[in-house]
Amino acid sequence: MPLIEQGEIVADAWVEVADDAALPAEGGAIISLARRIAEAETLRGRNQPLGVRIPPATRAEALAEHLDGVQLVVVDFPKFRDGRGFTVARDLKERFGFKGVVRAVGHVLPDQYGFLVRCGVDQVVIPEGAKVETWRAALDSFTGAYQTSVGDDRPLSPLKRLLNKAG
Amino acid sequence: MTHVGPVGHAAIYRYDDFDRRFVQERVNQFRDQADRRLAGELTEDEFKPLRLMNGLYLQLHAYMLRVAIPYGVLSSPQLRALAEIGRKYDKGYGHFTTRQNLQFNWIKLEEAADALQALADVDMHAIQTSGNCVRNVTTDQFAGVAADEAEDPRVYAEILRQWSSLHPEFSYLPRKFKIAITGSPNDRAAIKLHDVGLRVLRDPAGSGKLGAEVWVGGGQGRAPFVAKLGRAFVPEEDLLAYLEAILRVYNAYGRRDNMQKARIKILVHELGITEFLRRVDEEFERLKGPRYRLDEAVVADIRRHFAPVPYDADGGATPVLSGDEATAFARWRAANVVDTRAPGYVAVTLSLKPAGGIPGDMTSDQMDAVADLADKHSFSEIRVTHAQNLVLPYVRAAELADVWRALDKLKLAEPNIGLTGDIIACPGLDYCSLANARSIPLAQAISEKFADPARQADIGELHVKISGCINACGHHHVGHIGILGVDKKGAETYQITLGGRADLDAAIGEIAGPAVDAEQVPAVIEKIIEIYLRERSPGERFVDAVARLGVKHFKESLRAAD
Ligand code: SF4
Repeated sequence: MPLIEQGEIVADAWVEVADDAALPAEGGAIISLARRIAEAETLRGRNQPLGVRIPPATRAEALAEHLDGVQLVVVDFPKFRDGRGFTVARDLKERFGFKGVVRAVGHVLPDQYGFLVRCGVDQVVIPEGAKVETWRAALDSFTGAYQTSVGDDRPLSPLKRLLNKAG
Repeated sequence: MTHVGPVGHAAIYRYDDFDRRFVQERVNQFRDQADRRLAGELTEDEFKPLRLMNGLYLQLHAYMLRVAIPYGVLSSPQLRALAEIGRKYDKGYGHFTTRQNLQFNWIKLEEAADALQALADVDMHAIQTSGNCVRNVTTDQFAGVAADEAEDPRVYAEILRQWSSLHPEFSYLPRKFKIAITGSPNDRAAIKLHDVGLRVLRDPAGSGKLGAEVWVGGGQGRAPFVAKLGRAFVPEEDLLAYLEAILRVYNAYGRRDNMQKARIKILVHELGITEFLRRVDEEFERLKGPRYRLDEAVVADIRRHFAPVPYDADGGATPVLSGDEATAFARWRAANVVDTRAPGYVAVTLSLKPAGGIPGDMTSDQMDAVADLADKHSFSEIRVTHAQNLVLPYVRAAELADVWRALDKLKLAEPNIGLTGDIIACPGLDYCSLANARSIPLAQAISEKFADPARQADIGELHVKISGCINACGHHHVGHIGILGVDKKGAETYQITLGGRADLDAAIGEIAGPAVDAEQVPAVIEKIIEIYLRERSPGERFVDAVARLGVKHFKESLRAAD
């Protein structure tokens, strides 16, 4: 499925690896949080990009001690109505200072894209055949916001801020 | 764009360019979403949460648009715009709700964006009047004028309106989230029956700082709870951080497996208040700090919008009328008018509860006329109450006779505020797809039965509240007399409760007997009132008599009377 970043389709350099499958010798591998914890020792020796997928009901703090050497965190949105992932993404970036990439997967709508980005999500996996223009437009619908965002928003006051895209 | 915005002296938050652009962008976004839905690009399931966050519900017969009236404050140009929307996109009227909002019940999807544009042109919107997000913040209808008010809640209500508008993290909560705020020791905003209730006050520990007492986990619906104390005092500068902490805990841990158990009251109940607050405090400790600090300068800037109107030194005395008018005017003065903190100025409540009428309904023509009256007598400002009435907050007592005559002509002077006829009713089965039973015809029947103003005055303060189902939009749990529509083998029947109240002594009513048919309800209420009249002590209000005598006593007397 297509992957977007900043409103553009980008290539996906990562593969998801099931818990009982061997990790590829080369390239980015996304594993479960359980495996990340269970195989911490072995993984330390693997000199390839590592991604971790966390289940929807898990808070970011469950991953906090295992972020070392992790370049990608995949946050699951089982249904677009399920907003827990917004808190997970924000915690990762704001509270735990995660510098890698946060990717949203599952069921999200274009109209949530702006919120996702403002909570620290970098990449979104969108449905096959979705119009990327709709997603890009959603990102640009607002030039201002009344709350802080993860990243470089520009405060006009503690309540009012210009968003990144505003020229 | 033909932008009008609020004019005159109304003490109302005036949009700046930022606010205006934000709301305009929201209208544009919605227009695009509606177009995509009409073109079949969005499924109804996908469109639903998007339209809901713009206040657009699909009801039994048509779309309903719920317009936010932030903390119930309107200027006269805004009321005129609502009148015009009612004419153009509805059937010439609107319906004021128990959440200080206005609903239009006959909206076409094709025209919804135009209606939102008409709102934006007068600095209004329908953002977050539905959906699982922070809803329109409600407050005391007498905020800023009440004689008993310690601090002005409107300043913070506006701050919360801004802060909660399209919040990136908290727009897909487990369930809706309602905040109410008061600044008065006599709570007219029912803060203990909201997800979060705030009372603005000075630090009880004596630091002199402004801040708020925070209550959490109250609510009505299927499982009613009176809120529990979160913190006795959160300083102003930390208020947003504390609310972020509460919402973050709720967003992370609130139940999503069962819609009936998804409100924060259930989380507080299941975790226990101690554990819930421990988690909140943990978040709060981290969030407190520059990023979430509410700057003094911002508060001061918003406070300027709510500066007192340019009152005269004295608004004069209530005129004395003679002849036919004397009794009717005196009765209205006693029931519908309260003194304010400004000498000689009163706040006048306009009853949207004529005997036999639909509670909260108002025609577009009435709205226009009230806007004119507000221009003439109330610094162009109007308030909406959670009892579905309107208020002119700054009337010179000397002009009361003129105001009364004008309102009487408009059929808005029913002298029943806080009395038996001032019934709160949800839309019920006439509009709402969740309803078990109708609410509106019942309200009409009861108000007809008790139409006599002298009788209502004799009975005194009595809040009758009707909900068409357990969701309790008509607040029946906190009615002195509560009426709940239940489904008994497909027939519309009603359960009656007694002793509920929504003030600082908030309580949930108790069932007074077996459910009855619609036709019987007015008679049962009459019997209940007869018991009260017979047994009350001098000056004792209905709700106090129920507390003293006990619901059981009423139950037994009712059974004996059968
Ligand atoms: S209480 Fe029930 S019937 Fe009445 S409006 Fe709410 S959901 Fe509908």
